[in-house]
Amino acid sequence: MAIGVKVMKRPEEGVSYVRAALKGMSLTFRHLFRTPVTMQYPEQKSTDEWTISQRWRGTHRMLTDEQGRAKCVACGLCPQICPANCIKLVPGEDEEGHRYPLIYEIDEFRCVFCGYCQEVCPEEAIHVGVHYENSEYSRTRFVYDLERLCAQTHPVSTLWDPADPRGE
Amino acid sequence: MTPDLKGFLLVTIVKLLISFLFVLVVVAYTTLLERWLCAWMQDRLGPNRAGPRGILQPVADGIKNILKEEMIPGSSNKLLFVVAPAVALFPAMALPMVIAWGAPLPVHFDFTLGPLGRFAFDGLTSMAVADLPVGFLFVLAFSSLGVYGIALAGWSSNNKYSLMGGLRASAQMISYEIALGLSLVPILLLTGNVSLSEIVARQQQGAFGWFIFPLALSAFVFMVSSLAETNRVPFDLPEAESELVAGYHSEYSAMKFSAFFIAEYANMLTASMMFSTLFLGGWGIPFTTWDEQGGLLQTLVTGTFFFARVAALIFIFIWLRWTLPRFRFDQLMALGWKVLLPISMAYLLLIAGAVWGVDALLAGAAPWTRNLALFVINLPVLFLVFRVLDRGTLVSGSYRRSVPAVSRRDRAA
Repeated sequence: MAIGVKVMKRPEEGVSYVRAALKGMSLTFRHLFRTPVTMQYPEQKSTDEWTISQRWRGTHRMLTDEQGRAKCVACGLCPQICPANCIKLVPGEDEEGHRYPLIYEIDEFRCVFCGYCQEVCPEEAIHVGVHYENSEYSRTRFVYDLERLCAQTHPVSTLWDPADPRGE
Repeated sequence: MTPDLKGFLLVTIVKLLISFLFVLVVVAYTTLLERWLCAWMQDRLGPNRAGPRGILQPVADGIKNILKEEMIPGSSNKLLFVVAPAVALFPAMALPMVIAWGAPLPVHFDFTLGPLGRFAFDGLTSMAVADLPVGFLFVLAFSSLGVYGIALAGWSSNNKYSLMGGLRASAQMISYEIALGLSLVPILLLTGNVSLSEIVARQQQGAFGWFIFPLALSAFVFMVSSLAETNRVPFDLPEAESELVAGYHSEYSAMKFSAFFIAEYANMLTASMMFSTLFLGGWGIPFTTWDEQGGLLQTLVTGTFFFARVAALIFIFIWLRWTLPRFRFDQLMALGWKVLLPISMAYLLLIAGAVWGVDALLAGAAPWTRNLALFVINLPVLFLVFRVLDRGTLVSGSYRRSVPAVSRRDRAA
């Protein structure tokens, strides 16, 4: 026996294969009649026992103001804090001196869904969303531009609140 | 050709087509049953997408496997790689054809069919495609052919895992064949014939005629060995997915993979049919002689009863599979050679003595008295095997062998 190998002590007396097998079989037989726990996913997205958490961090959404413009003021905090470096922001300024994003793109493939962008945003513009059905037919579609981010309608994540760590 | 020969050929071909299709359908639906039972035992739903409640799942699987691309590994032995699934499938499909699944059917016809001439048949036809006088030996011989397909598949894939699977399969199937064969010799002692229809006829004599009563231990050994012969859990080492990827069929895809799959399930069906024929009275219905006179109704009713028994056995196979963990290879070999083989040999001697004793003491008694006497002789044997011997000695023996030092030190401390 090699050094450092843990050897399980197994009972040597009073063990029986046939009776143990029958015991196991009675257990599996009882399980035959249990109600399945399966959730029929595409038809059924939540059950009484399970709903998606409000703190779920999914693909992003940009909130808009009353005129339908993105709330973003192109301050540059989100690309600064993003650990995956997936936000591309080119700021612009209109004649009244309001800053707005000329280009705002998020590469959802690079994103690690940490939610820092939402936490750092002073205008509560960029959010991670409670949303998980993201399939696309091409890889390029995974770079969400500003228009697409504004068009998302799914609920936004509440993130983790230090005052309420269990989400109650 | 004489009209009688042509009539015989016609009947045989019809029976062959029906049995063949029946076996394929049963195999397909056994896969579905296996997936359902597995799911239910794990509190899941199981296949429920194709058709109502997933009833068309086997059709979907079949279409998928036919349409899939066939991959042949570049470094494989192409000829053997292609031949191996056929070698595995052929005996598996041939075996159910010699087992009668119902009472003999009286067939009478005499007609002329254009240029083919006159066809005539008159008499009882067995519900096996071929009711061989050596049926029992045929089954044993052909069931051992299946291992060639598996060993060839493992070798020709040129893959270490496949080779390991193939080697394990050959070692395991050859070992358990001996226990299987020996466990069936007591049946020959009681019947005095190797024809399956004679074995069924012998079991129809009197109550307790089913050989599971006078030969209970044989039935147990046969059940365990046929689990090993069909490579099913707890003896599925040839395809042990946790260590060998998929064992001997790792490199197979599409319909060639399906061939192995069909062969495995057909073997399971054969094992169940054999168990039913050898130990559960075949197609006979107990406590009545109505089923022994031929007729269409008798054939259908006995056939239903036969397949009810087969279905129950298949259920047990599946149930075992989703309950038991896999044996280690040395445990498997130890069980085969050190437990089942001596047990079936000793049991053979015991039954031979018991039959001799019962025949001498109860000469001229009704068949059921003799069956009951043999069954009573079995009771202490069953107690000995399941209560006394099965106490840490049947399976866990290899654990003691592998770590004796630790055990002894622990005991001293």
